[in-house]
Amino acid sequence: MKSIFFHLMPYRDLPEDFESKYESIWVTPPNSELCDPRKVAQYYQWNLDELELADRLGFDGVGVNEHHQNGYGFMASPNLMAASLARRTPNNSAIMVLGNTLALYAPATRVAEEFAMLDVLSNGRLAAGFPVGTSMDVNFCYGVPPTQTRPRYREAEELIIQAWTRPGPFTFNGKYNQLRYVNPWPQPLQKPHPPVWLAGGGSVETWELAGKKDYTYSYLSFFGAKFGKKLMDGFWAKMDEMGVDRNPYRAGFAQQICVSETDERAEKEYLEHVTYFFKKCLHIPPYFFEAPGYRTRKSTEFAIKTNQPGDIAAAAALEKNWKTLNEEGFIIGGSPATVADRLIEAAKTLRVGNLHALLQIGSMPHELTKKNITLFAEEVMPRIRHIWDAEGWTHNWWPSGAANRAVTEAPAGAQA
Amino acid sequence: MTTTAPSSNVTERLVQVGQIQARVLVAGTGDPVLFIHGAGGLWWDPFLDALAEGHTVYAVEHPGGGESDALTHLPGIWELVLFYDELLDALELDTVQVVGHSFGGMVAAELASNSPRRVTKLVLIAPIGFWRDDAPIPDIAGIPPETLPGLVLADPDSPLAAMLIPPADDPQALFEAAMRMASVLHFIWPIPEKGLSRRIHRLSAPTLLIWGAQDKLVDPVYAEEFTSRLRDSRLELIEGAGHLPQLESPDVVRGHVLDFLS
Repeated sequence: MKSIFFHLMPYRDLPEDFESKYESIWVTPPNSELCDPRKVAQYYQWNLDELELADRLGFDGVGVNEHHQNGYGFMASPNLMAASLARRTPNNSAIMVLGNTLALYAPATRVAEEFAMLDVLSNGRLAAGFPVGTSMDVNFCYGVPPTQTRPRYREAEELIIQAWTRPGPFTFNGKYNQLRYVNPWPQPLQKPHPPVWLAGGGSVETWELAGKKDYTYSYLSFFGAKFGKKLMDGFWAKMDEMGVDRNPYRAGFAQQICVSETDERAEKEYLEHVTYFFKKCLHIPPYFFEAPGYRTRKSTEFAIKTNQPGDIAAAAALEKNWKTLNEEGFIIGGSPATVADRLIEAAKTLRVGNLHALLQIGSMPHELTKKNITLFAEEVMPRIRHIWDAEGWTHNWWPSGAANRAVTEAPAGAQA
Repeated sequence: MTTTAPSSNVTERLVQVGQIQARVLVAGTGDPVLFIHGAGGLWWDPFLDALAEGHTVYAVEHPGGGESDALTHLPGIWELVLFYDELLDALELDTVQVVGHSFGGMVAAELASNSPRRVTKLVLIAPIGFWRDDAPIPDIAGIPPETLPGLVLADPDSPLAAMLIPPADDPQALFEAAMRMASVLHFIWPIPEKGLSRRIHRLSAPTLLIWGAQDKLVDPVYAEEFTSRLRDSRLELIEGAGHLPQLESPDVVRGHVLDFLS
């Protein structure tokens, strides 16, 4: 299994009374009141240092993503962060931009251009994430009408792939992108184009796109494998239905992870920061999650049928103590052995070959984050790296310029 | 609000308009009146009953809710206006009086601007269509649903409040409400000003504006945006009413509207 250190880049010093005083962590948290640019200057240094450390310690990839007006992730442009990482990751980790929210960019050739730049700059290490994006980002922050979210996304995906693969200049006559001359300089280094990684919260259309176009799909939630099972079962059922193989590298999942020397120490060191995350960083009112029209009719019906709103409400209502958070799978915390065992179980349950390891959580300070990253790289990664080897699948979606550590058999961390 | 099954004196007509099947509730006799509802949906209410006493009322369901794929054929206001123009052709109504509420008021004003010779009189009840920074219209998708009655109704505790929020334990009702709202937001997201100011000078029909004095969703100051631009308009401000004056103060509003219409 590939391990990607995925950084959300949260605000680490939200006020004590944040969740009672403010409406939401996303869309409306007042910037001049809550977001101190001097603090952010320090966070950005820490965040990049942490990602660079992960590269040195032998993670397979380093991951960044895009959110807007969001206190748990104000990486409005992940491409800026990825550009910095491309120059400072000598151990050749994959640069996983998961991803650019396609519907926000018209013309979407902007994404084709920036991703191509990153791919060239990193010598073919880019994994190009194409998320649909959340309703918060797309509809509320960027003003895209909810009913245009998917049509814009699909058209952008089409345009970007053409921009990367068709000899230019050519004409693209879309509904939202009308371009007489599509001819980006350069096209990407990876051929035919960088691997496309879809990311989402479980919409049926996204699975169909993954199956049809042979893209990977990563299920990104903060509620762990237990809640994710229904969704990933749905994904694999869709692959079966479409006649697509069960290669686990087609799929990924995000998991919050806390590693320490012992289970007891993990609780002592991390609980405060995990609580901060679940209380403050997930403080989002339900009406921002899904502007009417954001989901298609089909996905809305699927969500109702699988009781997604009920599950999320149930998850949100749970008491966030260490025991519950671990039992429910929201976090995987403990000694390296505990963490590895539970990750293997989660990965097998969901049948996923890519782990987006969330190792900086909420208010977690820089030093503790480095410890978490280091213990994970040195003690956990070697135990989970080969869990799919026996099935003999090839990872067809790994950037061709990135180091393929899974096949070297070298113990992780040895390169540090 | 929900779409009610037509009662015995109301007939439902399904009319093909291009690739869209329009649903129209028809009742009454007399000069034709086209009614265009707001974001709450089509609902045969006492106000329509009152209109139907002296007119043939054609209450059109806004396309794109329910199972319909109409929105794919209606990317914007321009196509929506043409849909209504074609619908009038299909109904064989050369000229018509139009009554529109809220979002439907904006559509009615757009229709009357596009086809000034077709619309003989216009009643706009708390229409949207303009934006003022000094009186921003709340984002109905970005507020807790339970706060809606406080914005829409002068008396949030009135029985009308129950119609505004679908029951939380009925997924099908929630789904239908979401689809209905989506079909309206499609035309007005993220700010309900979509160019009416560039077109309204074409509107020639005498216009009656009805506004609840306590409308907290679309502040009565927006009436100025219409009266200052329309050639022939009159404003009736309804004391004690919010954004649904025709239901909150039915007798007063009925009196004004029936006096105004032929």
